[in-house]
Amino acid sequence: MPLTPEVLLDRVNEALGDKVLTSKIAQEQITIEVPVGDWLEVCAILRDTHALAFDLMIDLCGVDYSAYKDGAWEGQRFAVVLNLLSIKRNHRLRVRTFCADDELPILPSLMEIWPAVNWFEREAFDLFGIVFDGHPDLRRILTDYGFIGHPFRKDFPISGHVEMRYDPELKRVVYQPVSIEPRVVTPRIVREDNYGAA
Amino acid sequence: MTSASAEIRNYTINFGPQHPAAHGVLRLVLELDGEVIVRADPHVGLLHRGTEKLAETRTFLQSVPYMDRLDYMSMMQNEHAYCMAIERLMGIEVPERAQYIRVMFDEITRVLNHLLWLGTHALDIGAMTVFLYAFREREDLMDVYEAVTGARMHAAYYRPGGVYRDLPDAMPQYQASKKKNESDLRRLNENRQGSVLDFIEDFSKRFFGYVDEYETLLTDNRIWKQRTVGIGVVEADRAKALGFTGPMLRGSGIVWDMRKMQPYAVYDKLDFEIPIGRTGDSYDRYLVRMEEMRQSNRLIQQCVAWLKANPGPVISDNHKVAPPSREAMKSNMEELIHHFKLFTEGMHVPEGEVYAAVEHSKGEFGVYMISDGANKPYRLKLRAPGFSHLAGLDEMSRGHMIADVVAIIGTLDIVFGDIDR
Repeated sequence: MPLTPEVLLDRVNEALGDKVLTSKIAQEQITIEVPVGDWLEVCAILRDTHALAFDLMIDLCGVDYSAYKDGAWEGQRFAVVLNLLSIKRNHRLRVRTFCADDELPILPSLMEIWPAVNWFEREAFDLFGIVFDGHPDLRRILTDYGFIGHPFRKDFPISGHVEMRYDPELKRVVYQPVSIEPRVVTPRIVREDNYGAA
Repeated sequence: MTSASAEIRNYTINFGPQHPAAHGVLRLVLELDGEVIVRADPHVGLLHRGTEKLAETRTFLQSVPYMDRLDYMSMMQNEHAYCMAIERLMGIEVPERAQYIRVMFDEITRVLNHLLWLGTHALDIGAMTVFLYAFREREDLMDVYEAVTGARMHAAYYRPGGVYRDLPDAMPQYQASKKKNESDLRRLNENRQGSVLDFIEDFSKRFFGYVDEYETLLTDNRIWKQRTVGIGVVEADRAKALGFTGPMLRGSGIVWDMRKMQPYAVYDKLDFEIPIGRTGDSYDRYLVRMEEMRQSNRLIQQCVAWLKANPGPVISDNHKVAPPSREAMKSNMEELIHHFKLFTEGMHVPEGEVYAAVEHSKGEFGVYMISDGANKPYRLKLRAPGFSHLAGLDEMSRGHMIADVVAIIGTLDIVFGDIDR
């Protein structure tokens, strides 16, 4: 039987001590936030502690919080979120850390701990521009060869900056600034709490 | 030309992106020493459509059809994970009948996916017939998809709160044409006389025999074994380190299935078994997937029996999430407002974050959703199983021959819709 989230959180706190900045249980899922300086150490403890044994790295992704609640966000802009699974003990954990510098978000690579993060770190680098120090092969992965910018940042327009077409005179594909106007059909709205509740 | 002092250097060749065995748009840069792979570098992203970014600019409901287009061979399972994420954040109960319908279609989708995998994998390795057999059965299941949702592949059937509509009472039948005479029609329509559930029941009775047919073609086939036994071996510990899930993990002998270990929907009420492999090679993964088809078929039979006996609602009656009935909308002012607000502004999902995962045909498909309380997700991360599996290709193919790369791509069961997203 899997542990209840409360018991698991106690064990995580026991193993990590004061490295846990905040912790939260919602929808029976645990989220902890750790300082970026302890990133490598925390992950090694989570994998190697007998009672936790997070042996499978499920997902690693970047998040850009700059537009959260329409700009009400205070604090660092870029976060990296790690979703972990323990097959041995059958439980899950979510770990978040905020990168210290908004201009050059950088944190150590987890390649030594879970080799599975390889492509996930490349993806976070490609889409958010988060640099993983120590990654052996930090290339772009999903975007085009020679792409400029980091498309999943909130200040990158949905239609992008350039478009591509075939030029019959030059007889090759050329890039030019986008010609389509961005259009919002359904505006984004944040309502007050309990909006419309009966 | 050849002398003892001739310089020996590695060859680099391009495999794909328009290679028929590349299963879509995989570009593979292979570094070769003679015919032996030294390094394989997959270049992905040729099908990158930015689904996650697009979802940030659409309401929650508008993104449902995008999920079909991720792993376009396991359409409804993707929708399931997405709808589950919204339901968990909002705390919505899904009616039991809807859960059984979801499980039934998840398993139909698993059979569809595994049939395509089997057909193309065998075709890559040189067995033509299996492909034709597998597509014959896929056609029947596609007809079920079409009868229920109106679309053969991109269904958009699961909605937050349940499923779009109940299963129809009649199965569509073949019409007469120049090519189909009376006796053809009678034969083709023979098992289409009843409801959709009757048709699925009839199919599931036949299907065990079909799987046996495929097995007689392949399981003891000498060529098949030569091409798959000992190819792409992954040790159990390595499979975990590389982040493998689903049949890739079970083929290496690890007992892990979300449906059993962390059950969602109604899987805890159904009876099925998890097959695992021993050696972790391509042949074991083949055996695992074949058995999974039988187990899926058992699940389908159990769901059909339950659904026949238990009518009921198939979508939540919370009209902040699910639309009211057409009739109610036309006759009741309040329902009209609900309908209008739901389809213009969309639903508001409370602030928070959630990770919802399903046991997808290929592995663990997860949806990590952050909502800031708006009518659109703040961030949607789709965890695709194929992404981790393809990252392991380099390690799996080192030391193998070029022809084995094709077998390894086949055994990975990759589809580019979900890798590139």
